[in-house]
Amino acid sequence: MKILVCICPVPDTTTKVAFSDNNTHFSTQGVTFIINPYDEWYALVRALELKESGAATDVHLITVGKADAEPVIRKALALGGDEAIRIDADSNDTYAVAAQIAEYAKTGGYDLVLLGKESIDYNNGSVGAMVAELLDMNYLGFAAKIDIAGTTATVTREIEGGEETDTCSLPLAISCQKGVAEARIPNMRGIMAARTKPLKVVPAAAIDALTTIVGYELPPAKTGVKMIAADNMDELVNLLHTEAKVI
Amino acid sequence: MSVLVLVEHTQGIFKKKSLEAIQYAANIAKSTGTTVTAVATGNVGDDAMQALGAYGAQKVLHTTDGRLDNFNSRAYTKVMITAAQKESAKVIVGLHDTVGKAVTPRVAARLKAGLVAGAVSYPDLGKGFVVKKNVFSGKAFAFVNVTSDIKVITLMPNTYPVVKGEGTATVEKLDVAFEDKDFSVQVKDVAKASGSVPLSEAELVVSGGRGMKGPENWYVLEDLAKELGAATACSRPVGDSHWRPHGEHVGQTGGTIRPNLYIAVGISGAIQHLAGVNGSKTIVVINKDPEAPFFKAADYGVLGDAMEVVPRLTEAVKKFKANH
Ligand SMILES: Cc1cc2nc3c(=O)[nH]c(=O)nc-3n(C[C@H](O)[C@H](O)[C@H](O)COP(=O)(O)OP(=O)(O)OC[C@H]3O[C@@H](n4cnc5c(N)ncnc54)[C@H](O)[C@@H]3O)c2cc1C
Ligand SMILES: Nc1ncnc2c1ncn2[C@@H]1O[C@H](COP(=O)(O)O)[C@@H](O)[C@H]1O
Repeated sequence: MKILVCICPVPDTTTKVAFSDNNTHFSTQGVTFIINPYDEWYALVRALELKESGAATDVHLITVGKADAEPVIRKALALGGDEAIRIDADSNDTYAVAAQIAEYAKTGGYDLVLLGKESIDYNNGSVGAMVAELLDMNYLGFAAKIDIAGTTATVTREIEGGEETDTCSLPLAISCQKGVAEARIPNMRGIMAARTKPLKVVPAAAIDALTTIVGYELPPAKTGVKMIAADNMDELVNLLHTEAKVI
Repeated sequence: MSVLVLVEHTQGIFKKKSLEAIQYAANIAKSTGTTVTAVATGNVGDDAMQALGAYGAQKVLHTTDGRLDNFNSRAYTKVMITAAQKESAKVIVGLHDTVGKAVTPRVAARLKAGLVAGAVSYPDLGKGFVVKKNVFSGKAFAFVNVTSDIKVITLMPNTYPVVKGEGTATVEKLDVAFEDKDFSVQVKDVAKASGSVPLSEAELVVSGGRGMKGPENWYVLEDLAKELGAATACSRPVGDSHWRPHGEHVGQTGGTIRPNLYIAVGISGAIQHLAGVNGSKTIVVINKDPEAPFFKAADYGVLGDAMEVVPRLTEAVKKFKANH
């Protein structure tokens, strides 16, 4: 079984978000990029576990991005995986990203495509379902548990107001969240090994973006907290009713 | 031409967020001079579908196939594609929830349509088709221009208040040419969270952090949540320690929520936590440390011990409810 894990570089979670050029660009100055936590902690680690248990033969990592995405995909390789692929394309539009991944995956014979439930920068949660559609695969979103026996996957996942366990035969695309695996810390051996592992750079397929970001905005700043005495909860309830109008 | 909207129901009763999505679609239809067609699946009565007219739907296309009772992204995609072709839809709306996030991207990919996921505004047609959405897990918004002919949007639930108007929708049967592969996912087990309000849809949320000290103290938050009709949430360390189910963890690496009221108890307000909740309309922070960073992001603050303050707040809510 061959697994393709989709890896998205994102700004570190402590990043103070700022914009430049009249709020049209996200300023990357001083920003550290990390592997999207859902991709790293859950999708990648589960893929590695499946390889370690003998269920998977190959684990490939793929990222869609320009050269500045390489340090992040190297970091992912340090955790494990056999080879990495970087599709040399812009990653600003969800459809374009998904189509680039699907275009590459088509020829790779992958049985399982694992993704994170969403990227913590653009929060779309859309690439997985799009890739599945473009590859004519089933898609199971928000997985909390993934088991593979032969060519059948058993997946427990979040649904509206609960959880569901499904079985489905491969090939399959799954988006991962908490529960799927436990985060790992890369070790020295992995980091050294990653240096010599193949990182394939693939030219972009001719795919047009269908959206463009034309501007950004920061949420309005809070005007200041109103402190209420701890023994006067009637006052808090009153304010929530008459001033905030939320109850 | 029409604006197509996928609606969800629980045992025949349409969800409030679906009514919100219809109303959202109706606003787009109005500004583009088109009409709204809702797409409903499964076991739901004609009267419930006709009643969607009061929220702006002119027509409801209904597909009944027992196999649709369990949600499945492939089959639902086929339903939406069939409806989109029948109606020559130019705009397709879904919800930014587990159903919408699995179907709408598939529909968008199939139709080669640009997607805005997690919209929090109506499209601005003055500058193209520009929709505001959440980015950086609530730390900012982006304005996305959709340049394709067909546009697909998932609406963040609880963005607009739902207002009931007048009108009745016509109901039409939608025939869909399913194939076996559309139903190749087998459902083995469904575990619905019992009774409580689902977190993603909740208008009121009571949330606890490490300051609650342990799962044995959670009853004070549950009592308050019950009194308010609120959902419960928690910080990441609480989820990691298995004090609470993992689905309750909010923040940059958990759920992103934007309820009307978020009550944070014993949570310090780390940047990663704020990222998931700072879209909340009103934030109340209860913490015993005056220096807790969360107070800076709060509208109302209470300095005190959770185990003393929360039961008092619950009593106050009870009293308030008795008088209103
Ligand atoms: C990559 C990454 C991603 C992360 N993602 C998330 C995320 O998605 N969500 C998230 O929540 N965190 C996330 N974190 C963790 C985050 O940085 C904080 O560590 C976490 O939010 C702290 O949780 P807490 O506020 O419950 O605990 P603490 O920081 O320990 O705060 C406990 C608070 O309780 C107060 N307190 C103590 N006793 C009482 C009492 N008796 N009564 C009232 N108040 C009391 C204390 O004053 C303190 O403010 C992430 C971290 C990283 C590195
Ligand atoms: N540029 C990218 N390259 C590779 N995978 C990506 C990229 N962007 C998103 N993904 C994958 O798709 C998932 C969902 O991302 P999104 O739909 O952007 O929220 C992520 O968790 C990644 O697994």
